[in-house]
Amino acid sequence: MTTAMTPTFDPLADAIAAAEGVPELAEAELPAMLADTPAKTKDLLIIDYSGDLEKVWATLILASTGAAMGVRTRVFVTFWGLQVFVKDSKRITGENWMQKMLSAMQRPGISHRKLSKMNFLGMGPWMMGRLARQYGVASPKELLEAAQALGVEFIPCQMTMDMFGLKPEDMIEGMGEPVGAATVIGLMTENSTPLFI
Amino acid sequence: MPTLAISHTIDARGLSCPMPIVKTAQVCRVVPAGSVVELLATDQGSTKDVSAWCRATGNELLDQTVDGSVYRFLIRRN
Repeated sequence: MTTAMTPTFDPLADAIAAAEGVPELAEAELPAMLADTPAKTKDLLIIDYSGDLEKVWATLILASTGAAMGVRTRVFVTFWGLQVFVKDSKRITGENWMQKMLSAMQRPGISHRKLSKMNFLGMGPWMMGRLARQYGVASPKELLEAAQALGVEFIPCQMTMDMFGLKPEDMIEGMGEPVGAATVIGLMTENSTPLFI
Repeated sequence: MPTLAISHTIDARGLSCPMPIVKTAQVCRVVPAGSVVELLATDQGSTKDVSAWCRATGNELLDQTVDGSVYRFLIRRN
Protein backbone atom coordinates (compact mmCIF):
# COMPACT_ATOMS: atom_id res chain seq x y z
CA MET A 1 0.00 0.00 0.00
CA THR A 2 1.27 3.42 -0.94
CA THR A 3 0.14 6.95 -0.27
CA ALA A 4 -1.83 6.96 -3.57
CA MET A 5 -4.84 5.67 -1.70
CA THR A 6 -4.84 8.58 0.70
CA PRO A 7 -8.05 10.55 0.05
CA THR A 8 -7.36 14.18 -0.87
CA PHE A 9 -8.50 16.60 1.74
CA ASP A 10 -9.07 19.98 0.14
CA PRO A 11 -12.20 21.62 1.57
CA LEU A 12 -11.53 24.88 -0.29
CA ALA A 13 -11.54 23.19 -3.71
CA ASP A 14 -14.69 21.27 -2.76
CA ALA A 15 -16.42 24.46 -1.70
CA ILE A 16 -15.45 26.22 -4.94
CA ALA A 17 -16.65 23.25 -7.00
CA ALA A 18 -19.95 23.21 -5.11
CA ALA A 19 -20.45 26.96 -5.53
CA GLU A 20 -19.68 26.93 -9.26
CA GLY A 21 -21.95 23.99 -9.95
CA VAL A 22 -20.45 22.42 -13.07
CA PRO A 23 -16.79 23.47 -13.19
CA GLU A 24 -16.09 21.87 -16.61
CA LEU A 25 -18.71 24.06 -18.29
CA ALA A 26 -17.29 27.24 -16.77
CA GLU A 27 -13.82 26.31 -18.05
CA ALA A 28 -15.12 25.48 -21.50
CA GLU A 29 -16.85 28.86 -21.83
CA LEU A 30 -13.91 30.94 -20.68
CA PRO A 31 -11.73 30.91 -23.84
CA ALA A 32 -14.68 31.91 -26.05
CA MET A 33 -15.54 34.78 -23.72
CA LEU A 34 -11.94 35.97 -23.68
CA ALA A 35 -11.74 35.78 -27.47
CA ASP A 36 -14.66 38.23 -27.72
CA THR A 37 -13.28 40.74 -25.25
CA PRO A 38 -10.81 42.87 -27.30
CA ALA A 39 -12.78 46.07 -26.69
CA LYS A 40 -15.27 45.50 -29.52
CA THR A 41 -17.73 48.36 -29.51
CA LYS A 42 -21.36 47.29 -29.58
CA ASP A 43 -23.61 48.35 -32.44
CA LEU A 44 -26.28 50.95 -31.78
CA LEU A 45 -29.88 50.11 -32.59
CA ILE A 46 -32.44 52.89 -32.27
CA ILE A 47 -36.09 52.05 -32.60
CA ASP A 48 -37.78 55.20 -33.80
CA TYR A 49 -41.39 54.66 -32.83
CA SER A 50 -42.36 58.30 -32.48
CA GLY A 51 -42.98 60.85 -35.20
CA ASP A 52 -42.90 63.81 -32.78
CA LEU A 53 -40.45 66.55 -33.74
CA GLU A 54 -38.48 66.52 -30.50
CA LYS A 55 -38.11 62.73 -30.42
CA VAL A 56 -37.12 62.50 -34.08
CA TRP A 57 -34.54 65.20 -33.36
CA ALA A 58 -33.09 63.16 -30.49
CA THR A 59 -33.06 60.02 -32.65
CA LEU A 60 -31.15 61.75 -35.43
CA ILE A 61 -28.66 63.47 -33.09
CA LEU A 62 -27.79 60.13 -31.48
CA ALA A 63 -27.75 58.22 -34.78
CA SER A 64 -25.45 60.70 -36.55
CA THR A 65 -23.15 60.91 -33.52
CA GLY A 66 -23.05 57.12 -33.22
CA ALA A 67 -22.00 56.75 -36.85
CA ALA A 68 -19.51 59.62 -36.46
CA MET A 69 -17.92 57.70 -33.59
CA GLY A 70 -17.42 54.65 -35.76
CA VAL A 71 -20.30 52.71 -34.20
CA ARG A 72 -22.42 50.70 -36.63
CA THR A 73 -25.77 52.44 -36.25
CA ARG A 74 -29.16 51.23 -37.38
CA VAL A 75 -32.50 52.96 -36.95
CA PHE A 76 -35.58 50.78 -37.16
CA VAL A 77 -38.47 53.04 -38.10
CA THR A 78 -41.92 51.90 -37.12
CA PHE A 79 -45.44 53.25 -36.46
CA TRP A 80 -45.38 57.07 -36.34
CA GLY A 81 -41.62 56.98 -36.85
CA LEU A 82 -42.17 55.59 -40.34
CA GLN A 83 -44.10 58.72 -41.39
CA VAL A 84 -40.91 60.74 -40.83
CA PHE A 85 -39.10 58.88 -43.60
CA VAL A 86 -41.77 59.42 -46.24
CA LYS A 87 -40.62 61.94 -48.88
CA ASP A 88 -41.38 65.55 -47.92
CA SER A 89 -43.09 66.01 -51.28
CA LYS A 90 -45.70 63.32 -50.56
CA ARG A 91 -48.92 64.86 -49.34
CA ILE A 92 -51.40 62.00 -49.22
CA THR A 93 -50.23 58.40 -48.92
CA GLY A 94 -52.02 55.09 -48.73
CA GLU A 95 -54.55 53.18 -50.78
CA ASN A 96 -57.81 53.24 -48.86
CA TRP A 97 -59.65 56.20 -47.36
CA MET A 98 -58.49 55.54 -43.79
CA GLN A 99 -54.81 55.40 -44.78
CA LYS A 100 -55.28 58.56 -46.86
CA MET A 101 -57.07 60.33 -44.02
CA LEU A 102 -54.30 59.44 -41.54
CA SER A 103 -51.72 61.03 -43.84
CA ALA A 104 -53.97 64.04 -44.32
CA MET A 105 -54.32 64.53 -40.54
CA GLN A 106 -50.57 64.27 -39.96
CA ARG A 107 -48.59 65.32 -42.99
CA PRO A 108 -45.72 62.86 -43.55
CA GLY A 109 -42.07 63.85 -44.07
CA ILE A 110 -39.12 65.02 -42.01
CA SER A 111 -39.97 68.71 -42.50
CA HIS A 112 -43.54 68.39 -41.25
CA ARG A 113 -43.11 67.17 -37.71
CA LYS A 114 -45.24 68.42 -34.82
CA LEU A 115 -44.24 68.78 -31.18
CA SER A 116 -45.81 66.33 -28.74
CA LYS A 117 -46.38 69.24 -26.37
CA MET A 118 -47.00 72.94 -27.07
CA ASN A 119 -47.61 72.43 -30.76
CA PHE A 120 -50.19 75.29 -30.81
CA LEU A 121 -51.14 74.83 -34.47
CA GLY A 122 -47.51 74.91 -35.56
CA MET A 123 -46.44 77.88 -33.41
CA GLY A 124 -44.32 75.59 -31.18
CA PRO A 125 -42.38 73.93 -34.03
CA TRP A 126 -41.91 77.33 -35.70
CA MET A 127 -40.36 78.75 -32.52
CA MET A 128 -38.21 75.62 -32.10
CA GLY A 129 -36.99 76.06 -35.66
CA ARG A 130 -36.18 79.74 -35.07
CA LEU A 131 -34.33 78.93 -31.84
CA ALA A 132 -32.44 76.06 -33.49
CA ARG A 133 -31.23 78.34 -36.28
CA GLN A 134 -30.31 81.06 -33.78
CA TYR A 135 -28.23 78.63 -31.73
CA GLY A 136 -26.68 76.76 -34.66
CA VAL A 137 -28.58 73.53 -34.00
CA ALA A 138 -28.87 71.40 -37.14
CA SER A 139 -32.43 70.73 -38.27
CA PRO A 140 -33.77 67.15 -38.37
CA LYS A 141 -33.47 67.27 -42.18
CA GLU A 142 -29.79 68.30 -42.01
CA LEU A 143 -29.10 65.64 -39.37
CA LEU A 144 -30.82 63.01 -41.50
CA GLU A 145 -28.60 63.91 -44.46
CA ALA A 146 -25.47 63.79 -42.25
CA ALA A 147 -26.57 60.47 -40.73
CA GLN A 148 -27.10 58.92 -44.17
CA ALA A 149 -23.75 60.26 -45.41
CA LEU A 150 -22.05 58.65 -42.40
CA GLY A 151 -23.69 55.31 -43.15
CA VAL A 152 -26.56 55.10 -40.65
CA GLU A 153 -28.93 52.38 -41.87
CA PHE A 154 -32.62 53.29 -41.74
CA ILE A 155 -34.71 50.15 -41.76
CA PRO A 156 -38.49 50.38 -42.23
CA CYS A 157 -40.99 48.13 -40.49
CA GLN A 158 -42.79 45.98 -43.07
CA MET A 159 -45.95 45.64 -41.00
CA THR A 160 -46.34 49.42 -40.59
CA MET A 161 -45.63 49.95 -44.30
CA ASP A 162 -48.52 47.59 -45.06
CA MET A 163 -50.85 49.09 -42.46
CA PHE A 164 -50.30 52.67 -43.65
CA GLY A 165 -50.35 51.56 -47.31
CA LEU A 166 -46.83 52.92 -47.89
CA LYS A 167 -44.89 51.78 -50.93
CA PRO A 168 -41.05 51.78 -51.23
CA GLU A 169 -41.32 54.70 -53.69
CA ASP A 170 -43.09 56.79 -51.02
CA MET A 171 -39.99 56.58 -48.81
CA ILE A 172 -36.84 58.73 -48.99
CA GLU A 173 -33.83 57.47 -50.96
CA GLY A 174 -31.41 55.11 -49.25
CA MET A 175 -33.80 53.27 -46.94
CA GLY A 176 -32.94 49.65 -46.14
CA GLU A 177 -35.05 46.60 -46.91
CA PRO A 178 -38.21 46.45 -44.78
CA VAL A 179 -37.97 43.91 -41.97
CA GLY A 180 -40.09 42.55 -39.14
CA ALA A 181 -39.91 42.40 -35.36
CA ALA A 182 -37.90 39.17 -35.33
CA THR A 183 -35.01 40.83 -37.17
CA VAL A 184 -35.07 43.70 -34.68
CA ILE A 185 -35.11 41.38 -31.68
CA GLY A 186 -32.28 39.42 -33.30
CA LEU A 187 -30.14 42.55 -33.65
CA MET A 188 -31.09 43.74 -30.18
CA THR A 189 -30.05 40.53 -28.47
CA GLU A 190 -26.92 39.90 -30.53
CA ASN A 191 -24.53 42.77 -30.14
CA SER A 192 -26.48 46.01 -30.08
CA THR A 193 -27.29 48.64 -27.54
CA PRO A 194 -31.00 49.21 -28.10
CA LEU A 195 -32.82 52.51 -27.64
CA PHE A 196 -36.57 52.93 -27.98
CA ILE A 197 -37.53 56.50 -28.83
CA MET B 1 4.94 72.70 -30.28
CA PRO B 2 6.40 72.41 -33.81
CA THR B 3 4.29 73.72 -36.67
CA LEU B 4 2.26 70.95 -38.24
CA ALA B 5 1.14 70.77 -41.84
CA ILE B 6 -2.62 71.10 -41.55
CA SER B 7 -4.30 69.30 -44.41
CA HIS B 8 -7.86 70.38 -43.65
CA THR B 9 -9.62 73.01 -41.56
CA ILE B 10 -13.16 72.33 -40.41
CA ASP B 11 -14.99 75.52 -39.56
CA ALA B 12 -17.71 74.46 -37.14
CA ARG B 13 -17.95 77.88 -35.48
CA GLY B 14 -21.54 78.70 -34.58
CA LEU B 15 -22.63 75.09 -34.91
CA SER B 16 -24.13 73.19 -32.02
CA CYS B 17 -23.74 69.58 -30.91
CA PRO B 18 -23.41 67.17 -32.69
CA MET B 19 -22.35 69.00 -35.89
CA PRO B 20 -18.68 69.70 -34.92
CA ILE B 21 -18.22 65.94 -34.38
CA VAL B 22 -20.28 64.94 -37.40
CA LYS B 23 -18.27 67.28 -39.67
CA THR B 24 -14.99 66.06 -38.18
CA ALA B 25 -15.98 62.44 -38.81
CA GLN B 26 -16.97 63.26 -42.39
CA VAL B 27 -13.62 64.94 -43.10
CA CYS B 28 -11.57 62.25 -41.34
CA ARG B 29 -13.14 59.64 -43.62
CA VAL B 30 -11.70 61.22 -46.73
CA VAL B 31 -8.29 62.53 -45.65
CA PRO B 32 -5.38 60.06 -45.76
CA ALA B 33 -4.09 58.46 -42.54
CA GLY B 34 -1.50 60.61 -40.79
CA SER B 35 -3.05 63.91 -41.94
CA VAL B 36 -3.53 66.66 -39.40
CA VAL B 37 -6.99 68.17 -39.30
CA GLU B 38 -7.83 71.44 -37.59
CA LEU B 39 -11.25 71.91 -36.06
CA LEU B 40 -12.59 75.31 -35.04
CA ALA B 41 -15.69 75.29 -32.86
CA THR B 42 -17.62 77.54 -30.51
CA ASP B 43 -19.75 74.78 -28.95
CA GLN B 44 -18.59 74.52 -25.35
CA GLY B 45 -19.50 70.84 -25.25
CA SER B 46 -16.86 70.17 -27.89
CA THR B 47 -14.11 70.65 -25.28
CA LYS B 48 -15.14 67.26 -23.90
CA ASP B 49 -16.73 65.71 -26.99
CA VAL B 50 -13.72 65.98 -29.27
CA SER B 51 -11.48 64.02 -26.92
CA ALA B 52 -14.24 61.42 -26.41
CA TRP B 53 -14.57 61.12 -30.18
CA CYS B 54 -10.80 60.74 -30.60
CA ARG B 55 -10.69 58.02 -27.94
CA ALA B 56 -13.58 56.10 -29.53
CA THR B 57 -12.27 56.33 -33.09
CA GLY B 58 -8.55 55.88 -32.39
CA ASN B 59 -7.58 59.29 -33.73
CA GLU B 60 -5.08 61.42 -31.88
CA LEU B 61 -5.90 64.76 -30.28
CA LEU B 62 -2.59 66.59 -30.69
CA ASP B 63 -3.53 69.94 -29.28
CA GLN B 64 -6.47 71.82 -27.84
CA THR B 65 -6.40 75.58 -27.38
CA VAL B 66 -8.92 78.34 -26.85
CA ASP B 67 -8.85 81.82 -28.35
CA GLY B 68 -11.65 83.93 -26.92
CA SER B 69 -14.80 81.94 -27.63
CA VAL B 70 -13.23 79.76 -30.33
CA TYR B 71 -11.88 76.33 -29.47
CA ARG B 72 -9.17 74.97 -31.75
CA PHE B 73 -8.38 71.27 -31.94
CA LEU B 74 -5.61 69.60 -33.87
CA ILE B 75 -6.36 65.98 -34.68
CA ARG B 76 -4.12 63.44 -36.35
CA ARG B 77 -6.17 60.98 -38.37
CA ASN B 78 -5.00 57.43 -37.76
